[in-house]
Amino acid sequence: MNVPTMAEMMAQGKQPEVLFWVGAAGSYDDRAKKITRAFVKILHKANVDFAVLGTEESSTGDVAKRAGNEFLFQMQAMMNIEVLNGYEIKTIVTADPHSYNTFKNEYPELGGNYKVYHHTQYIKKLIADGRLSLDDTKLKDKRVTYHDPCYLGRANGEYESPRAIIRKMGVNLLEMKRNKSSALCCGAGGAQMFKDAEKGDKEINILRTEDALETKPQIIATGCPYCNTMMTDGVKAKNSENTVKVLDIAELIVDSQNL
Amino acid sequence: MHYLPNIIFAIILIAGIGFFVKNIKKIIRNINLGKDINRSDNKSARWKNMAYIALGQSKMVRRPVAGILHIVVYLGFIIINIEVIEIIIDGLFGTHRILSFMGGFYSFLIGSFEILAFLVLVSVTIFWIRRMIVRIPRFWNKEMKGFPKNDALYILYFEMVLMSLFLIMNASDIPFQIVNTGNPISQFLAPIFSGMSHETAHLIEQTAWWIHIVGILIFLNYLYYSKHLHILLAFPNTFYANLEAKGKFTNDKNVTKEVKMMMDPDADPYAAPPEGEEDAIPEKFGASDVTDLNWVQLMNAYTCTECGRCTSVCPANLTGKELSPRNIMMKTRDRLEEVGENIDKNGEFKDDNKQLLNDYITPEELWACTTCNACVEECPVNIDPLSIIMEMRRYLVMEQSAAPQELNIMMTNIENNGAPWQYNQMDRLNWKDEE
Ligand code: SF4
Ligand code: SF4
Repeated sequence: MNVPTMAEMMAQGKQPEVLFWVGAAGSYDDRAKKITRAFVKILHKANVDFAVLGTEESSTGDVAKRAGNEFLFQMQAMMNIEVLNGYEIKTIVTADPHSYNTFKNEYPELGGNYKVYHHTQYIKKLIADGRLSLDDTKLKDKRVTYHDPCYLGRANGEYESPRAIIRKMGVNLLEMKRNKSSALCCGAGGAQMFKDAEKGDKEINILRTEDALETKPQIIATGCPYCNTMMTDGVKAKNSENTVKVLDIAELIVDSQNL
Repeated sequence: MHYLPNIIFAIILIAGIGFFVKNIKKIIRNINLGKDINRSDNKSARWKNMAYIALGQSKMVRRPVAGILHIVVYLGFIIINIEVIEIIIDGLFGTHRILSFMGGFYSFLIGSFEILAFLVLVSVTIFWIRRMIVRIPRFWNKEMKGFPKNDALYILYFEMVLMSLFLIMNASDIPFQIVNTGNPISQFLAPIFSGMSHETAHLIEQTAWWIHIVGILIFLNYLYYSKHLHILLAFPNTFYANLEAKGKFTNDKNVTKEVKMMMDPDADPYAAPPEGEEDAIPEKFGASDVTDLNWVQLMNAYTCTECGRCTSVCPANLTGKELSPRNIMMKTRDRLEEVGENIDKNGEFKDDNKQLLNDYITPEELWACTTCNACVEECPVNIDPLSIIMEMRRYLVMEQSAAPQELNIMMTNIENNGAPWQYNQMDRLNWKDEE
């Protein structure tokens, strides 16, 4: 894949229109890497002049902050801000709502001011600008339910961009009983992704997967690599992996467009 | 002796209000034990929040049945209290229905009060049924034992009694019934009293009148001990609530200072602090007790209605974990009360070897939170339990290094290789050539 880095761009004296912040999951996690590549395909398709930081990218510190380690968060933030400001980055897009949230809300006070997009917002903009069009035949009438990531939905009030894109693909969009501002968390947030759950009688991702399965979907769509992992595990635990796929919205688009 | 009832009334009234004011002062003092936080920006958005959320109850109707019943009770309660003006004047000056000179308008007012009183009575009864017969789960979580459970019931009984007294008072007022306007509800009760001698009916009316006003004063003073404080505090609480995106967590300023110093190659760590900062005591990071929280968080604790809407949507609680955001608020209030009593007794706070952390809120609860903001979204009076959880996690991690082991590993990975997992930073771009 052709994925230019900022260092390469800089060497050629070029400035991309947007920086794609890949995030730790998108860089290392096998499942999430597929989402990353799907989004790059979309960027290529829409002829977006983008770059990544590559090996210069580091953790946003978001997960350390949610775990209570404000020191580590601010260290990471200030290091990242130095790199980003060094490259004079103005616009960032990311497929990780946690990175999106911290860039948008927590970095500005520390000196990092960027226009930040979640990839679903960016895709919606590409469509609105006429740079990308979606095919509504391939996934026509597929039963799709959308799980709202907490850090996109409640945290930042973005419920519509993902749904607008999904609808454009001609699918049958089904809402779970808990949706939008009352959506249930997948269980990964607040650093839970990295630890075992406290004592209880159920795993959160199972409960959320049950919400999703109640809609009898063929596809569970989401917009966060961590939600994706949680829902994928949930679907497996419910022995439904043969009938229900868990896909990121970027992957849905790639599927529907044969990219 | 003729003025005796007036004097007794005045004494009861002054005592009732005086006691109430004293308790309110105590609450304000306790809230001010919290740290400073500036919430005076963007006044117009704040007034709007207060108008919509507290006055307009916009978030209550997220649950339509409870929401609408609550609006009935709330409106009824406020509007019927206009009648208290008349009661106070009558009581002080020994008059009877002093405002009745307004004629038709008076009948209209009293008539509306009667209808509202009836609706309140019905709604409160439905509330009781929801709690005690239908047993809606959020009223039966484990923190809702003992006083918290009874508190809710006492309030319902209070309202039932007060509303009934108001109707009885009108029904047994024979001259009022003879005029026969403004009595749309009490006329149906009137036959019970119409057969009695005038003296007996008058005695009943007077008794109802006295119990009614004394009841109101008792209720006023009960507020301080009860979850019912929200009828007052919902207003400042929604006014001073966070206006930022829910995903924005505060950046600890003290940490920023230290991190900047560490990252600045020219900084001299041994340099004398700049003028004026010498005696700034090094602050504790995060919160281990109520006095480490800010005053808005403490006001939140007093405002909490214990409705449990937050807990009923909390993913941790729904899956059987110890965490309940309502209980976070209740425990914060309990500890704050304890600290307040300590100050009352000793003149200033005397160490009691207790704190909010461990003695009230356990690390197990704190670590179960997914920071999903569902509780914050759901709270009808904009309380933010998550902010308290986060402050306490900060204390656990930054002051005590007491994170769960797996999280320590995650954080070490971030320090070493810039990712929560143990991967080489040089492999960050490998994804582009895979597949
Ligand atoms: S933010 Fe934490 S306490 Fe609040 S609902 Fe979510 S998990 Fe529960
Ligand atoms: S915090 Fe809000 S939602 Fe939770 S119990 Fe208290 S008032 Fe109800």
